[in-house]
Amino acid sequence: MLYRLEPRGERSLFWSYGSPVLAVILTIITMMAIFSLLGKPPVQGIETFLITPISTASGLSSLLVRAAPLIMIGAGLALCYRANVWNIGGDGQFTLGALAGAGLALALPNGAFWWEYPLVLCLGVLGGMFWAGIVAFLKLRFNANEILTSLMLVYIAQLILVWLVTGPWRDPQGFGFPQSAMFGAGATTPDFGTTSIHLGCLLAPLLALVLWQILARSVLGFQLRVVGQAPRAARFAGFSNARLTWIALLVSGGLSGLAGIIEVTGPIGQLTTTITPGYGFSAVIVAFLGRLHPVGVIFAGLLLALSYLGGDAAQINLNMPNAITGIFQGVLLFYLLGADVLILHRFRRIRPSAPEAA
Amino acid sequence: MSSFKRRGFTAMLGASALAAPGIMRAARADAPLKVGFVYVGPVGDFGWTYQHDIARKQAQAALGTAIETSYVENVPESPECQSVFESLASSGHKLIFGTSFGYMNYMVKVAAKNPHVMFEHCTGYKRAKNLATYDIRYYEGRYVQGVIAGHMSKTGKIGYVASVPIPEVVRGMNAVTLGMQSVNPKARLKFIMIDSWYDPGKEGDAAKALIDQGCDVITQHTDSPAPLQVAASRHIPAFGEATDMIKFAPHDQLTADVNEWGGYYIKRIKEALAGTWTSTNTWGGFADGMLAMAPYRNMPDAVAVTAKQTVADIASGKNKIFTGPLTDQSGKIFVPAGQTMSDDSLTSMQTLVAGVDGKLS
Repeated sequence: MLYRLEPRGERSLFWSYGSPVLAVILTIITMMAIFSLLGKPPVQGIETFLITPISTASGLSSLLVRAAPLIMIGAGLALCYRANVWNIGGDGQFTLGALAGAGLALALPNGAFWWEYPLVLCLGVLGGMFWAGIVAFLKLRFNANEILTSLMLVYIAQLILVWLVTGPWRDPQGFGFPQSAMFGAGATTPDFGTTSIHLGCLLAPLLALVLWQILARSVLGFQLRVVGQAPRAARFAGFSNARLTWIALLVSGGLSGLAGIIEVTGPIGQLTTTITPGYGFSAVIVAFLGRLHPVGVIFAGLLLALSYLGGDAAQINLNMPNAITGIFQGVLLFYLLGADVLILHRFRRIRPSAPEAA
Repeated sequence: MSSFKRRGFTAMLGASALAAPGIMRAARADAPLKVGFVYVGPVGDFGWTYQHDIARKQAQAALGTAIETSYVENVPESPECQSVFESLASSGHKLIFGTSFGYMNYMVKVAAKNPHVMFEHCTGYKRAKNLATYDIRYYEGRYVQGVIAGHMSKTGKIGYVASVPIPEVVRGMNAVTLGMQSVNPKARLKFIMIDSWYDPGKEGDAAKALIDQGCDVITQHTDSPAPLQVAASRHIPAFGEATDMIKFAPHDQLTADVNEWGGYYIKRIKEALAGTWTSTNTWGGFADGMLAMAPYRNMPDAVAVTAKQTVADIASGKNKIFTGPLTDQSGKIFVPAGQTMSDDSLTSMQTLVAGVDGKLS
């Protein structure tokens, strides 16, 4: 029996939503196979990976803390990619946002003004926007490829960070270690009670929902989608490509910057030489896993965060290697991209023609 | 750059108060005590993490069914590590060792939230009632290296592949220089700071540059065997780091300082089992069995005998290494004759001694 892959001619609504579900199911089956090949009980393995990490209150709050920056950056990237602007420099905008806000937090005496913290956050947003703005300027003025420029700006941001914490911003009481002073209480992201859940865990999904409403209901959202899907049509309709590129980059840069300043004033509490373990790059996966839809990004961010926690749990409880996290993410992406074929294509069974005469 | 502050130092300064004995209760006698280890690198890094994992296995072997150990490797020094410590605590681990400096602030937070779990932080300087610190006096081994280098070097110049300008590294460079000058008062040390703990490419390049500048013995304060391998390729004698690296340079490694965490882990786990664990600050060296020298090879027997005697003198306290008169690079005496630097001043050491070429920043 043979099958042939043929175009549907239109997008399948069922598979638009069904393909991520199918991908997750196939991933679980594959992971169970890998677990049993490693000599671990497959059902217990999956349970350890996907259920154990969120079975306690502290695990649940860890999940939200890890997902927050991924959702915030991912939602901005989703908007960018919809407009056909390929910003992959989320890490750089995250870092610059952290630096801009932290600069103020370190310069002001602790608790100088009640509005110190809001101001620090605003500077974080502006820092990220500035860094993404460079990308927009280079793209529109010199037609420079934004994939390259945004990526290279990641490294520049990282080097500025290292220079600052090993030089001018090094903590004078820090025994010479390359790190800044801890931020004062007046410039610290508030967290809730005894959990590690902080303001950013609430802001991230909230901002994603706001983006969703903008994309779905406003003229601007419509223009962004048209520019991405049908640039020629957008031109005929008189939408300004330059204006939309600026908006896409500034919004995603601002969101990455906000994620950065919240991360350093919250969970980290100071500037160090590494303030991001690659959130900006993981957020690219999150954006696509979430189908470039801000609400999808929320779920995708949670799932990716869960895979990190699950990898830790698998190490602790089942003595599995750390590589299991990367394998899970890789398998998931593989199936997701594979299952996407079903959105525009379907399998058609080919009836073998009459057996040929011998 | 990700492993900038992988290690650190132990300081008594700014530490919070220690606990009264017996505040920690032992686990129930019938269930094994769960002990967790958090590693910054892979267990197969053949250096820092590798030595910690060997020690974990020694503890497991020594204490058998009384304990159950687990570890998490490749844990970054960022907020991620906090959730690793939290999941270890919530899965019933009662004693948790974190083996990298950058975990410090996160361990402080997790320890405050889990008052009935005992935490131990390697190389840090912040303590709490249930958060102890421990580290090794690596500088003792480096002094021995200096003594050997003093005998082996013809040019009187040793090359030091340095990581980051923190007190531990300053102490190490000073110790090597003082050891070498105890044999040859004119000896000098040249260093290259590579701003990383682990970067085989940069480490190797630094070793090449130092050899080209006339150094005829190489030592390192970084984690990969690259400097040793470069030295071996030019047939220059060199020292291993953290673990015996003899297989990377069978004809050129003189010795290596070997970090021995096993005895410490076994002692602390036993205390936890007995309910006598308290938050302490341990800084152990040769005398405590926390530091050892790999077998002396590729050197005349007389030099090996001197090296062994030096270790014995340091262990017995006869040689305290940082005893005055000590002169800084500008020729000023900063420790007068007859005085010995206290642990407090050692832990915040920022002054290079005379004989070291180059500036910290």
